[in-house]
Amino acid sequence: MKPLRAPLSEADARALKLGETVYVYGNVITGRDEMHVRALKLSEEGADVPKDIEESVLFHCGPIMVQRDDGSWSVVAAGPTTSARMNKLEPEMIRRFRIRAIIGKGGMSEEVSAAMKEVGCVYLAATGGAAISMAEGLKRCTGVEWLDLGMAEAMWRFDAERLGPLIVAMDSEGNSLYEKVRRSLVRTP
Amino acid sequence: MKTLPEPVEDVVVKLLRLANTKLPADIGWALEAAAGWETGEIACTQLGAIMENVKKAEHLGLPMCQDTGIPVFYVKGRFDSSIAGKIAAGVERATKIVPLRPNTVDPLTRENQGSNLGQGMPLIHYIPTEDDFTEISVLPKGAGSENMTRLGMLNPADGIEGVKRFVVDSVLDAGGRPCPPSIVGVGIGGTSDRCVEMAKEALLSPLDSENSDPVLSKLEEELFIALNSSGLGPMGLGGATTVLGVKARKAACHTASLPVAVNIGCWATRRASARITSDGVVYSQGAEI
Repeated sequence: MKPLRAPLSEADARALKLGETVYVYGNVITGRDEMHVRALKLSEEGADVPKDIEESVLFHCGPIMVQRDDGSWSVVAAGPTTSARMNKLEPEMIRRFRIRAIIGKGGMSEEVSAAMKEVGCVYLAATGGAAISMAEGLKRCTGVEWLDLGMAEAMWRFDAERLGPLIVAMDSEGNSLYEKVRRSLVRTP
Repeated sequence: MKTLPEPVEDVVVKLLRLANTKLPADIGWALEAAAGWETGEIACTQLGAIMENVKKAEHLGLPMCQDTGIPVFYVKGRFDSSIAGKIAAGVERATKIVPLRPNTVDPLTRENQGSNLGQGMPLIHYIPTEDDFTEISVLPKGAGSENMTRLGMLNPADGIEGVKRFVVDSVLDAGGRPCPPSIVGVGIGGTSDRCVEMAKEALLSPLDSENSDPVLSKLEEELFIALNSSGLGPMGLGGATTVLGVKARKAACHTASLPVAVNIGCWATRRASARITSDGVVYSQGAEI
């Protein structure tokens, strides 16, 4: 049970071993399909992109948020979403913004794994559906970007405390637990 | 839980709250049993995290999963056409107060109204009967599992072996994406549309209820063993628990067809029903349709 403090350096990411259990502390941002599309589009056009996407811990998550009377936000439920939906967008995202860790569920493609190896990034598997425990770990919402995309698709910022348990399911050397499991699947009948 | 008579809109809000915050008891038992036989460290971590989350959600009265899904409704018994508007009003209110995540968007513009309504929503299936009650069931269906739905128009010669292979391939190809350990709904026969509907309806059956059709009951058991021998495991990270149950339904089909549909429910297969009579409302989480 290793504590991992974000932001992570390339060396931090490369030091993580396949199958290890970690908990994340510090800055975490959320992003799903629409956030990826917008970040890449703005970046290609040379427009401003929120600086904290750089070297971030990117959580594939569309949380349930509620706005308090003073305008601040609190998180109600925040489990991981299916990462494979971002398979086509993620290699470019990782290369362009040097993402250090992705938190999600279900794993990602070989193309994503190659980009992770190149840049120094890992994939941390959260337990799908464990939305209340994960919301507790996200602790404090520190901001939101692109709320026009809707609650689920916006980019939320959090100050996490003991977010997890997370399994290092794809490391920065091109290894994937999902691939290992897939290769040894027994298909009967 | 039984209450005095209450407006349908209030019943719908209660159903959505119940379904989203409390896992049906039979699924909780299945998870506990799985945690007992799992030996792998990662698989045990996943099952432990799931059960801890279920307890917290129930205790806090909050949705166990942030994907509160698209609520699919089944209305059975006696009712009139005004029920659709009442259900819609309940969905809109529940979205604000449970709260539910606003999930429905225009399929092309992706515009989100924020109410979980929109064209064609909420989805309601009607089953009129001569009974003296109205029973409303809801199955909030998340996208992670729904996106793994498959329909196969097999050749009749493929037979039951073909059906089994199709189900096993569908579940194993889905991998960790639908949040296993899952519940597998299987539809066999009917027309293509009816086949997919049956696969989803099967998810309403409690895991501890036995299929009254002996052929389907045997098929369910064989698929359960085959899938749990695969090694896919919780969240696709490896282990002995890939599914918590398999539920199958069938209908007559064309002599030249053998439709098979697979609709996967995540471990958080949420369901709730309310039987409304003139005396009041009885809530449960295991009514079959």
